[in-house]
This record gives sequence, structure tokens and C-alpha cells, in this order.
Amino acid sequence: MSATSNASPTVQLLSPAGVFAPSETAAEFLPYLDQLTEADYRRFYRDMVVIRRFDKEAANLQRQGQLALWVPSHGQEAAQVGSAHATRPQDHIFPSYREHVVGMIRGLDLVDILRMLRGVTLGGWTPEDHGNFHLYTLVLASQTLHATGYAMGMQLDGSTATGNPETDQAVIVYFGDGASSQGDANEALVFAASYQTPQVFFLQNNHWAISVPVTRQSRTPLYLRAGGFGIPGTQVDGNDVLASYAVTAKHLDDARAGRGPALIEALTYRVGAHTTADDPTKYRDPEELAYWVARDPIVRFRAYLQGLGVEMEFLDAVDEEAEDNAADVRRRALEIHSPEKNVIFDNVYAEPHPLLQEQEAWLERYEASFEGGDA
Amino acid sequence: MSDTIVSAAAHAAPVPAWETAAAEAGPETANLPMTKALNAGLRLAMQDNPKVLLMGEDIGPLGGVFRVTEGLYAEFGDKRVLDTPLAESGIIGTAIGLALRGFRPVCEIQFDGFVFPGFDQITSQLSRMRNRHEGGVCMPVVIRIPYGGHIGSIEHHQESPEAYFAHTPGLRVVSPSNPHDAYWMMQEAIASDDPIIFFEPKSRYWPKGEVNLGSSGIPLHASRVVRTGTDVTVLGHGAMVSVLLQSADLAAAEGISIEVIDLRSISPVDYGPILASVEKTGHLVVAQEAHGFVSVGSEIAATVMEKAFYLLEAPVLRVSGFDTPFPPAAVETHFLPSPDRVLEAVDRALAY
Repeated sequence: MSATSNASPTVQLLSPAGVFAPSETAAEFLPYLDQLTEADYRRFYRDMVVIRRFDKEAANLQRQGQLALWVPSHGQEAAQVGSAHATRPQDHIFPSYREHVVGMIRGLDLVDILRMLRGVTLGGWTPEDHGNFHLYTLVLASQTLHATGYAMGMQLDGSTATGNPETDQAVIVYFGDGASSQGDANEALVFAASYQTPQVFFLQNNHWAISVPVTRQSRTPLYLRAGGFGIPGTQVDGNDVLASYAVTAKHLDDARAGRGPALIEALTYRVGAHTTADDPTKYRDPEELAYWVARDPIVRFRAYLQGLGVEMEFLDAVDEEAEDNAADVRRRALEIHSPEKNVIFDNVYAEPHPLLQEQEAWLERYEASFEGGDA
Repeated sequence: MSDTIVSAAAHAAPVPAWETAAAEAGPETANLPMTKALNAGLRLAMQDNPKVLLMGEDIGPLGGVFRVTEGLYAEFGDKRVLDTPLAESGIIGTAIGLALRGFRPVCEIQFDGFVFPGFDQITSQLSRMRNRHEGGVCMPVVIRIPYGGHIGSIEHHQESPEAYFAHTPGLRVVSPSNPHDAYWMMQEAIASDDPIIFFEPKSRYWPKGEVNLGSSGIPLHASRVVRTGTDVTVLGHGAMVSVLLQSADLAAAEGISIEVIDLRSISPVDYGPILASVEKTGHLVVAQEAHGFVSVGSEIAATVMEKAFYLLEAPVLRVSGFDTPFPPAAVETHFLPSPDRVLEAVDRALAY
């Protein structure tokens, strides 16, 4: 179990009780807090609350047969909201498949995520039209290499490290403690270190890869692996939205400025199931769950905001907005149309392919043969 | 083994249009080995489009273990010719990211047997990326794979894994048999907006052949009759084409007229010339170095029997490598289809 006391290496700004009490390791990241206003704090809180309510609604939709599967993000809101707000518009985000709020912050319609999980598309959105938020990748860690190649491309086309932070680009790639064992994650770190890509590896250690604990993945804290690749590694309290923001902002700034890649390990917890097909009561200790529920990222930040004097009306309004958003998502999810059958063939190749043309024409004739006929 | 290559003069094939054009245009030809033809094709593609870049192991100052990229690092520098870390999944996976960014990566896999660490990125990611994006992106990635036997090498260095890739929707798979096709197909593959697995027959790397520098004469995904005949059609790709041409020479001495088809494109297959040939000969033998079970040859045999059942006078026969691991090189001649093994199948087909 990860400890988050001031003696630990974990960067923390807010105690679990919501008191501003920076860890010793937080010093180099503190200046990044100065970039934030109270409006930003309210936005962070609002995003966390809205996405948790959305997450619950999506799980309900799955239980009611409206989605093939749902991938809950409950518990990981601070890691995701803090890191997402540290990105700049010109950055590119390569998610895994649980980063719903990162997509929302980058301008993605949450219903687009549901379209994929409802089984009407294999993708769901156009990254360049949605804040450079790339598609979800379901094979673990595959996207870490795509992200690294993309970051290499930024270097090759001169879009980074020019000295202008308003335009210099960087990549952030999300993956998890389970994915950290994949060869691709390690190859991505090798390539990133070798080419010194403008890139942040954001590892959400939610402690469970479906039913397998992180202790099976690693005998060492995951952020320490960065040293073996020759890049900086930082462990952050992933349930502390301000710490997640500050640490990510610093490493992304370094990446944009040409100071190379970094690995962030955000300690958080998958409070819910891996997916709606999972049953964590079969393998998880209830005491462990209780430990983490007591460190809830939303409760913590709410307490901090209240300490700052944020009025109750705002907090209530956020709850109301979250309810409204969930209702809106539900309504629009039920209106999602199934695609026409031509999507089977349409975009497999960019250029004409005789075998697919033949098969598509055959399917057309075959299905037409039933229309108005005896069959 | 003979150094015979596709040549109208040597094989009394119909003279392709490009050869006529070349004769009229003058000395727009070069006599090159396939390695140099590929090198020239890569150079032209890189000169033509600054987004084309090469990635792979040892392809920089060394020029690749087969020297296919020789001189390109010196000419284009380390931002166009990337000596990568030694990790095939890393090469393919980062090439996907570069393609998303607008580049046109050409990846070298050092040997056929080394592609499998990158197989997941090729089949689960590269091949599906456009489809997953609902057409919003292209994946103009070429993966060069030196392949096949006849070179007496060690384990994992003589494989023919093309069926794995031909079986994967979203990929295109090609293999030149001669320097002219290598020169042009490389440029056409790089110009394609789809991912292309480009199989280079190692045993044909060094024999020289005439390259028409003025015109390819044929589209990338076309198959081609390289020797006309009337009794039996034999079909193959890559290094197998020269074996088939030797078979045809031997058969001619016995009064059997063999038509040879160079498949060139493994996926998609261009059935036009194949069916036209079968209509004439009524017999088809498909030859390949790869294992026969669930192979490209099996697919072509099944399809030709579906499309041309009444044209056939005998079943389509296959000549393949055995369904064993590629054996120690000392016995590879027993494993690889030889001209005589092809003729044994030709005789069986004619005996029906």
C-alpha cells in the first residue's frame, strides 16, 4: 500500500483532509500552482463531479442493456482532471480507455465515447476536431508507441522546442499499472529516451489490473523504472488534483521546451470494477477499498474549496449540473443510431480493393434477394 | 541457380509496352541488382517527398545488413534515415505515430523471422487504424521484409511468412521478383495511402537485371504473364518466379509449353491474368516457398476453382514448402520447391 506522508517521495499538495500541506518533494512543482486562479479550482471540482455522475449513468446504461460494456473511472478523477488541465491546446493526448474526463476537458462529447461502447463504431471521434484527443486503444500499451512516434514527428517537423511555449507541442500518453508490464510500454520508454521526445508518460497506478494487484506487475515503485530508462520519474498523489496538475504541468513544460520525456506515476485507486463485466468482491479486500474511499479525490478537494470559502451555492450548482449532464447523456445515448452496413467495407482501405468491392456487391445482392421475394 | 530474370528476350514473352517505349526513348535503362534497384527507388521517393523517412535497425551508416539503404544516411541525414533501437514492435508502433503525424515511414525488418515481435502492432494497430478512424486518417507505412530461403542461412533467417499478413484485412502485400519491379514497386508502395508489407526475396537480391527507368509498365497490384505457354499455367511470387522459369525451360525441352505468371501482388490478388491463362491452358500449378497449409497458394487454388471450374481440366495443384519449420540449411534444397518439384506437379496435372 502506498503511503502518502510527508516523508514519502510522493508529491502531494493537499492532505487527505483537504488541507494545503505540500510534501517536501513538492517544492519544484509549487510554482505551477501560481498559474491557477480560483476559477480554475472551480473548474477542476466541477469536472470531477460531472464525470463521476456521468460514470454512474453510463454504468446504469450498460446494466439496462444500452451499452455493450462500461469502463468505470470512479476514483481516478483527480489524476485525470489535474493532468488534463495541464495540457495546452496544441498538445496531443493518447488515452488508454478509461480517460473519459480527459476527453471531456479536451472538448469531446461524452456521448461519442458511449457510441464506441454501444458497439456502433470502432472509434467514435476525429482527434483533430476534438482537442487532439486520440482514439481509445483497447490493446494495452499499444498507444504508448503511437504517442512516442507522434512525438518524434513533432521533433522532425519542428513543432516543438522552438522556445515559444504558446506554440511548442508535446504529447501525453495515458496507461496503467497493468500496461506497464507490456513490452510496448517499455519499448516506448526506450524510444522516447533515445530520441528525447517531447512527451509525458502518465501512468495511473490504480492498483489493480482487473483482478491482479500491482504487486504482481512490479516489485519496485513504478516511477523508479524511469531511472532505468534514463528519464525523470515522479510519483504523485493521484487523488490530489492540484498535485496531479502541478507535476504534469512541469513535465509537459519541460517536454515542450526540449528537455525530454518524463514518467509520472499517479497513485490512485479503481474504486469500481475493471468493467461492468468484472466483480471485484471476488478478489479485493474490503478494508483496502475502505482505505481508498476515505481518500476520495472529490471529498478532498471539496473540503479544500470550502476551506477557501467557496460558497455552498456553487457546490450545489455543480451537483445540479452533473445531474443535468447525466440526464442529457442518457437521453442522447438512447438516440444513437446504428450505422448502415456499408461501414463494414468503407474504410478498410484508402484505395480501391477488388476483393472487398466484390464482397460488398455480393452482400448487397444477397440481402436484396430477400426483399419482396418468397424468402 | 540461374540468374535468369523476367526478360522478354530470354523467354519469348509478349513484349510489355514499357519495353517498347524504352527502346524508343533510348538509354533509359540500367542493369542493376535488386538491392541497388530498391535503393534507387527509395532514393527517388525520398527526393520526391520530404515526408518519406526510413526506420530500422542498422540502416544508417551501415546501410542495412543487405545494404539496401546504403548511402541514404549520408545523403539525407539522421532525420530522414533513423537507426532505431533494436525493437521491432517499437519500430512499427512509432511508425504508426509518425504516420498519424503525416509522415510516410518505410520500416526495414532485418529478416523475415524477426517480424513477429512487431506482429501485434502490424495486425492489431497498423492494419485497422484507418478503419477505426472511420477513414479520417491514412496509414502510408511500408514495411520491408527480406524473406525466403535459398541462401543457406541459420534459423529464423529463411522464412516465408506472407500468409499471416495476407490474411489480415487492411494490409496490402506485395513481392517483386526482379530488379525492374523492385525499383517501381517500392516507389508505388511508398506512394500508396494504405499500409504495405513489402516482401523482398533475399535470394534475388544480387542477380542483375534490366530496369526501365522511364516507366513501370504495370500497376502495383497487377499480376503479369512473364512467359507465354499453352499447356499448363504455373504461378508464383518472389524468388519462386525464377524457379518457375527454369521449370518452363526444362519442360520446353520435353515438348511441354508452360505459361508462367508472376503474382507480384499477394494481397489483393489480381485474378484477371490468372483466369485468362487458365482459360487457355486448363491447368494451374501454384508454387510457393511457404508452408502449404492455409497458405496464399491454397487461397488462390480455391478461388480459381470457384471462378474457373469449367475451364479446368485438372484440379489446381500446389507445390509448397513442407509444413515443418524451415529446416537446417544443409537440407533446404529438399524443403524448397525446385524446378523438378514444379514439373512433377505439372506432370500430375497433365495426367488427369
